[in-house]
Amino acid sequence: MGYSLDFGWLRDAAGAIAHGAAMTLFLIACTTVLGILISILFAAARRSRYGVLRKAVAVYVEVIRNTPFLVQLFFIYFGLPSIGIRLDPIVAAILAMTLNMAAYTTEIVGAGLDAVPKGQGEAAYALGLRPRQVFVKIILPQALKVIFPALISQVIIMMLESAVVSQIAVRELAHEADLLQARTFRSFETYFVVTLIYLALSMAIRRLFVAGGRRVLGAGVS
Amino acid sequence: MIEFTFWDIVRNLVFATRWTVLLSAVAFAGGAAVGLMILFARISKQKWLRRFGSGYIALFQGTPLLMQLFLMFFGLPMLGFRIEPWTAAALGLTFYASAYLAEIWRGGVEALPLGQWDAGASLGLHRLQELRLVILPQAFAITRPPIVGFLVQLIKSTALTSIIGFEELLRTANAINNATFEPFTVYGLVAVIFFVLCYPLTQYARMLERKIPAH
Repeated sequence: MGYSLDFGWLRDAAGAIAHGAAMTLFLIACTTVLGILISILFAAARRSRYGVLRKAVAVYVEVIRNTPFLVQLFFIYFGLPSIGIRLDPIVAAILAMTLNMAAYTTEIVGAGLDAVPKGQGEAAYALGLRPRQVFVKIILPQALKVIFPALISQVIIMMLESAVVSQIAVRELAHEADLLQARTFRSFETYFVVTLIYLALSMAIRRLFVAGGRRVLGAGVS
Repeated sequence: MIEFTFWDIVRNLVFATRWTVLLSAVAFAGGAAVGLMILFARISKQKWLRRFGSGYIALFQGTPLLMQLFLMFFGLPMLGFRIEPWTAAALGLTFYASAYLAEIWRGGVEALPLGQWDAGASLGLHRLQELRLVILPQAFAITRPPIVGFLVQLIKSTALTSIIGFEELLRTANAINNATFEPFTVYGLVAVIFFVLCYPLTQYARMLERKIPAH
């Protein structure tokens, strides 16, 4: 007994931790942009006239939602090279995160699209807008406003889950923690500090999105 | 070198699955017990208890499960406990599950009309009786779909315990992969097994959702 906590290593480690946090933010930023774009496409595909397209998206969503992210990551990073697709760890991480998040956000975006009253689209058509204009200018903004809180939560969940990409040696926050604790032998303190940083990041991301959402989508975003 | 046929791989993975299932069950049961206490704190009349409850939930929902597992694994020995991957995994997932279950149930309790509390009080029930006889049965009933949904999330989360050294499905897969160099087959099969575990539950949750009328 008599273990005493020691945070003396923190001063030298600040640079590495900041670097890791920046990588985590980079990963989640890429994932958010790509994931939301893909889920808008997939949500539209799920409501298209083509049965094959509807089925394909449904299968994709079920497969991703019913398997662990870590297994998906290993399959992409370790499994795909054996059929000739070799990916850089960072690319593999972004691909896995995007595919994972899009399976959840496709449902969310879809629910948002369904929540926009039909009359909105009909009114826009009556004013002479083309189908694409109706979707981008009338339907989508209203749908996004409804689903914004759910989208933020999903982004934060993905950011927290991105800690496991440390397992394929992407140098993000969790991986920097692994390296640090191997050097300092202060495992508990290292993971404690890094956990607090994750907590701060998730609160910061929520604030940022709410503020950004208010500006872009107007009032009423929470 | 040992030769693995495809069926050897399947057999080993299926055997390892029992640890995944057992860990999920233990974490769910433990999470329900701890979660119930957190729920009581969260809806307590005492302000500091409510604060504690919401802080607990925010802490576990706002940090990565992987970090929580590492903190269990490295933190408990400092308190003088001898800890094995199994204990760290079970405890870590229990606390993780308790936060989510408490939050889901809180939603259920708050969705009930306030008249239910009043009705309980007018029958002369005290608070604990009100909870046990009136509020919780209804709250549990209307939150069954999200609870089953969370069970799916919990089963998937057990994969993370492979990282702290618990021999469940994914860790066994890593070992087999190191011996066979067939990652495509091995991780593909792991995905299939998880899918077989989770998909029926997902469908069940969906069925419940359709059956329970919205309030």
